[in-house]
Amino acid sequence: MAAFAPGSWLRSREVALLQAAVHVGALLPLALLIWAGLHGNLTANPIQAITARTGKTALVLLVLSLACTPASTIFGFRRALRWRRPLGMYAFLYVSLHFLTFSVLDYGLDPGLLRQAIFEKRYALAGLAAGLLLVPLAMTATRGWMRRLGKNWKRLHKLVYLAALLAVVHYVWLVKSDTRVPYLYGAILAVLLMARTRPVKRGIAALQRRARGQTTSAEPKAVRSRPSV
Amino acid sequence: MKIRSSEITSEHLYYSRRQFLKRVGTLAAGSLLLSACAPSALRSLSTSTPAATGTPPTGGGEPAIAVSKQTDELGDSATSFDDVTGYNNYYEFSTDKEAVAYLSKGFVTAPWTVAVGGLVNKPKTYGVEDLLARFTQEERIYRLRCVEGWSMVIPWQGFSLAGLLREVEPMSTAKYVRFETLYDPSRLPGQNAGGYQWPYAEGLRLDEAMHPLTTLATGLYGKTLLPQNGAPIRVVAPWKYGFKSIKAIVKIDLVEEQPVSLWMAAAPNEYGFYSNVNPDVPHPRWSQATERRIGELSRRKTLPFNGYVEEVAPLYAGMDLKANY
Repeated sequence: MAAFAPGSWLRSREVALLQAAVHVGALLPLALLIWAGLHGNLTANPIQAITARTGKTALVLLVLSLACTPASTIFGFRRALRWRRPLGMYAFLYVSLHFLTFSVLDYGLDPGLLRQAIFEKRYALAGLAAGLLLVPLAMTATRGWMRRLGKNWKRLHKLVYLAALLAVVHYVWLVKSDTRVPYLYGAILAVLLMARTRPVKRGIAALQRRARGQTTSAEPKAVRSRPSV
Repeated sequence: MKIRSSEITSEHLYYSRRQFLKRVGTLAAGSLLLSACAPSALRSLSTSTPAATGTPPTGGGEPAIAVSKQTDELGDSATSFDDVTGYNNYYEFSTDKEAVAYLSKGFVTAPWTVAVGGLVNKPKTYGVEDLLARFTQEERIYRLRCVEGWSMVIPWQGFSLAGLLREVEPMSTAKYVRFETLYDPSRLPGQNAGGYQWPYAEGLRLDEAMHPLTTLATGLYGKTLLPQNGAPIRVVAPWKYGFKSIKAIVKIDLVEEQPVSLWMAAAPNEYGFYSNVNPDVPHPRWSQATERRIGELSRRKTLPFNGYVEEVAPLYAGMDLKANY
């Protein structure tokens, strides 16, 4: 034991736990959904419950994956960068389940009904557009594709903002009248997007410099000095 | 309350229906993982729906097969008691349909009066017990089609509103009937929520209100109405979207001008005064061409006037039902 620094051992264990928590946390809604289904607890309208739950989980995960970069740039929480991809992929998993529930379970793949359900309803169109935008992103989420696409990879993956925006629009348009919760997601998304704009980034960098100049144990510095794992 | 025991469905039948729904839920969850092979499996399951039924007078422990089916006039089975009393759109208690039954427990419905007035010759305030004594309670099995795209078949007890309206003698100037729900935020906590003009109000044209299908319901499945279903007394207008069937009524006024309902005030482009079930008038959010009957999985086509076209179409002769949605 003496050969290992206890601090670093704790840190790597902490890292593993956090990493595991992301996967467990992302899969938990699916587990709970299946559990509820097996026990007949999906309300009297189970298909609608499955649609709503998969959709909400997808949106939450998408917003969380978009929160990773600001968490790193603003709070210096760089570990969050490693969660962007898994969170995004899990969001895509729930989007797929959401779409399959709608098209297969709900509409039995009936082309006429599906066409009507999608093209008559602006909320359905917005949702479909958001889902379709995520397809190329999920397909190119590997390191191989990152290498192959080079600079274009980043450009392509900026589409995720548009997808998230469309997902919020989809949500706003589908609720009956109380739009507070969908607008809350919209507000969170707006804050996350603003945190990425140049003026905000510059302002934060200036603040951090000033903080570093005044105190030696500023939080961002401490985090930054940790070895990346 | 006089309720024949024959009108009460025994608990074991509800229970067996519950089991069926559990299986449905299981399958629905399973098919999330096996979506490719799901549709046909779901179809075959939904066609084997066991009937929700009424027991014969001696019914207690007899097998389900000996029980006469409780169905609407189209032959569709009544929705299970558990679903009718456990899945409720009732914003005065909650916007969560599954929470209404729990949150409305203990809602006091007696004493309760309904004030009938406005443009009438004989305004009168009735106790609910007066209404029960004065008007014969009939069993009426009607479809309920929610604007959100789901539907139920519900065996109500109640009486035609027409009888009550005749008693108060509407004046010739009365053109519409306006209904109002109890306003008491301490008992109906949802009325504290902003965004709506509480109390809930609804309206019918006088001839719609006088139509024999228009019911004041006081019970369902042979039992006194439960709070989550609009106790102690509510409207049932089965050819209109469910929100027209206002719950927990305290006031009925005959008026000259078309009343503004809560939903018309909240979203006039979405909810019209008539709100007749109409598969040809789409809603921005919900398909009105199809619906899901609670307890079934595949969709069914929505019928014009919710299947009551013969009875009510004459009310709207010559009217543009797309403009008057």
